Amino acid sequence: MTTQTILPIDRETLAALSQNNNEPAWLSALRLEALELAGQLELPIVEKQKISRWNLDTYGTYTKSPAIQSVNELPESLQSLVKLEENSSVLVQRNSSVVFQQLSAELAAKGVIFTDLQTAIEKHADLVQKYLFQAVKKDENRLAALHTAIWNGGVFVYVPKNVEVDLPLQAVLMADDANATFAPHVLLIADSNSRVTYVDNYLSTDAIGVDQVVHNGVVEVFVNAGANVRFASVHHLNATNVTYRRAVVENDGRIEWIIGEMHNGNAVSETMSVLKGNGSSSDMKVICTGTNDQKLSITTKAVHFGKSSDSQMFTRAVMRDQASAIINGITKIEKGATKANGEQTEKVLMLSPKARGDANPILLIDEDDVTAGHAASVGQVNPEQVYYLMSRGISKQDAERLIIHGFLAPVISEIPLENVQDQLRSLTERKLGQ
Amino acid sequence: MATHFKIDGLKAEIEGKEILKGLSLEIKGGEIHAIMGPNGTGKSTLASALMGHPKYEVTDGSVELNGEDVLEMAVDERARAGLFLAMQYPSEIAGVTNSDFLRSAINARREEGNEISLIKFIRQMEGKMKELEMNPEFAHRYLNEGFSGGEKKRNEILQMLLLDPSIVILDEIDSGLDIDALKIVANGVNTMRSEDRGFLIITHYQRLLNYIKPDFVHVMMQGRIVKSGGPELAERLENEGYDWVKEELGIVDETVGQEA
Ligand SMILES: Nc1ncnc2c1ncn2[C@@H]1O[C@H](COP(=O)(O)OP(=O)(O)O)[C@@H](O)[C@H]1O
Ligand SMILES: [Mg+2]
Repeated sequence: MTTQTILPIDRETLAALSQNNNEPAWLSALRLEALELAGQLELPIVEKQKISRWNLDTYGTYTKSPAIQSVNELPESLQSLVKLEENSSVLVQRNSSVVFQQLSAELAAKGVIFTDLQTAIEKHADLVQKYLFQAVKKDENRLAALHTAIWNGGVFVYVPKNVEVDLPLQAVLMADDANATFAPHVLLIADSNSRVTYVDNYLSTDAIGVDQVVHNGVVEVFVNAGANVRFASVHHLNATNVTYRRAVVENDGRIEWIIGEMHNGNAVSETMSVLKGNGSSSDMKVICTGTNDQKLSITTKAVHFGKSSDSQMFTRAVMRDQASAIINGITKIEKGATKANGEQTEKVLMLSPKARGDANPILLIDEDDVTAGHAASVGQVNPEQVYYLMSRGISKQDAERLIIHGFLAPVISEIPLENVQDQLRSLTERKLGQ
Repeated sequence: MATHFKIDGLKAEIEGKEILKGLSLEIKGGEIHAIMGPNGTGKSTLASALMGHPKYEVTDGSVELNGEDVLEMAVDERARAGLFLAMQYPSEIAGVTNSDFLRSAINARREEGNEISLIKFIRQMEGKMKELEMNPEFAHRYLNEGFSGGEKKRNEILQMLLLDPSIVILDEIDSGLDIDALKIVANGVNTMRSEDRGFLIITHYQRLLNYIKPDFVHVMMQGRIVKSGGPELAERLENEGYDWVKEELGIVDETVGQEA
C-alpha cells in the first residue's frame, strides 16, 4: 500500500535552511536523505493506539528566537524550573533554537562540553559525527526520519574520561510559538568512568496554537565503559509529543532514567536501554498522568547483549476522565547474555470509569541462563482506603489526592533530585487535582 | 456542651441483607459502654454503619450526636463532628506515610491557613507514640503497610490520641494483642477518659474489660442488643460463656444474616 505522505518541509527549503545555519556538508546530506526516507517510511507501529489519526503533521517552520542575557527574561513559570547560580550549568531552547547557555567554569576547565547541538557540530564535529544518530537510526520509521531531517537547537553533553560532574546539568526546552518547529535533539556522551546527572524539562506555554505544533524529539545517550549517567526528564507539553530516548551502555556502565510523562496532549514515548557491555545496568522509573481525552503510549524497553547485565523498569500511570494509556514494558535478552537479569513492573491507577489503562509486560528471552520477572496491575482507587482516610476527617478529595500521591510515591521518592521530586508532585497535583 | 450520642432503632443492611435489626443505645460523656457478643452477631456492622461505611445501608432508625443527625453526614463530616472508630481491620495505604496521613487528619479539623506547624505536629506525634511504646520509625512507614496486627491496633490508638474525638468506638481493639500491648492500649484509652468523651468498646472477650472498666455492658445477638447490665454481666459472661443468655432468651443461632 502506498499512501501519499505530506511532508512538513520540501527539499529546497531544507537545503537552504541547513546552508543558512552553516551546517557541514555531511549534515546537510543526512537531513536531505532522511527527508526522502520520511516520504517513504511508514509510521511506527504503536500497539492499540491509532496514531495515524493524531495530529502528526503540523510542524511549523524553523524560527530562530533571539538570545537572552539572563533567565529572568523567560516566562515566570519557567524560571522556577532552573536553579541558576554562578556555578550552575543551564541551557535553554526556545522553539527552534537555543537562546541561553551557561557552563560552570569548573566544568569547562575539566573539559566538559555542554552546549547546543548546532554549536557542537561547528566546534566538535568529529565527536558529534561519531555518535549522532547511531542509537536512534534515521530509517527506523517515518517519525524518526522526519526528526533526523528537521531537528533543531538541541543539547550536546560530553563528559571526558574519569570526570565526575557533581551538580546536575539542567536544560529547559520550551515551545511558545504556534508557527515554530520544535524538534530538539539531545546527545549525551559519558566517556569511560565518568559520572554525570542531567535534568531537563520540556514544556509549552498556553499561547494560542502552540498546542497544535508537534514535538518530535530524540535523545541519544552513550554510556562508555564504567561510566554512570543519571538522566531525568519531565515533559509537560500541550501538543502531540513524540519522543524516542535511547541509551547504549558499555561494559560496567550504568544508565538511570527518571521520566515524567506529564503531557496534556497525546504522546508516544519509548525509553530504551541497550545493554551492550558485560556488567552494564539500567534502571528506569517512569510516571505518567493522563486527563481528558488524552491518548498515551508509553514504552520502556531494555535489550540485553552483555553478560551479567541488569535492567529494572518501573512505570506507574494515573488516568482520569476518558484518558487512555497503553503501558508497555519490554525486556529482551539476547542469546549469549548469560547471567542477565531483567525485572519490570507496570501499574495503572484509574480515577474515572471511562479511563482506560493497559499494562503489557513482555519478556522476550533467547538465553537460558538468565533471570527475569514482571508484574503488572490495573486498578481503581480502592473505596475501602478512601473510607478509612475519610473516617479520620479527611475530605474525599484530599483522601483521593493522598492515595494518588501514594501510588506515585515509590517512583517519585526514589528520584535523587529534590527539585524534580517537588516539580513532579506539583504537576501531579495540578493535573489530577479536581 | 456535654456529649450525648443516641442510637435509636437502627436497622442496616449489606448487599440487601439486613444485619442490624433495630438497635438502640445511648452514650453520654464520661460513660464507657461495652458491647460483647460472639462472632457474626453484627458488632462490626454497627460500628461501620455508625461511621458511614459506603457498603452499609441504613434502612431505618436514627443516630444523633449532640442533637445533630449523624446519618445525614458524610463519613468525613462524622469524623469532624467528633466520631472516631478504631477499626477491626484498618486499611493499608501504600505510598502514604503515617505522619503525612496523621497531619492531614489533624489539619482537616483546622481552618485553612491555620494548619498545625510541622514542629508542633512532630512533637505531639512523637509524644503520643512514646506513650504507646511505638518505634519512632513507624511515623515514616507507609500507613499500616506491613504492620503486624498488634502494630495496626496501636496505630489506631495513636490516631485516637491525636484526634481528640468525643465519641470513641473501638472495634476488637484487643484482638491480636499480647498482654503487654493490651495494657499499653488500655492505658492509652484510660488516659482519654473524661467527662466529655464517651466510649463504645466492642469485644468478644472480657479480657480487655479487666483493664478498661466499663459502666455498662450490652450483649449483642442477631443484630440487636439482647441484654444489658453493669460490669458484673461481663464477668458472668467470662465465667459462663454465652449459652445461658441464649437459653434465657430462647436463641438457637445467635449469628445474623446466615439465612439464605
Ligand atoms: N462485607 C460483607 N458482605 C456480606 N455480608 C457481610 C459482610 N460483612 C458482614 N456480613 C454479614 O454480617 C454478619 C455480621 O458480621 P459482623 O458485623 O462483622 O459481625 P461481628 O463483628 O459481630 O463478628 C456476618 O455474619 C455476615 O453474614
Ligand atoms: Mg467484628
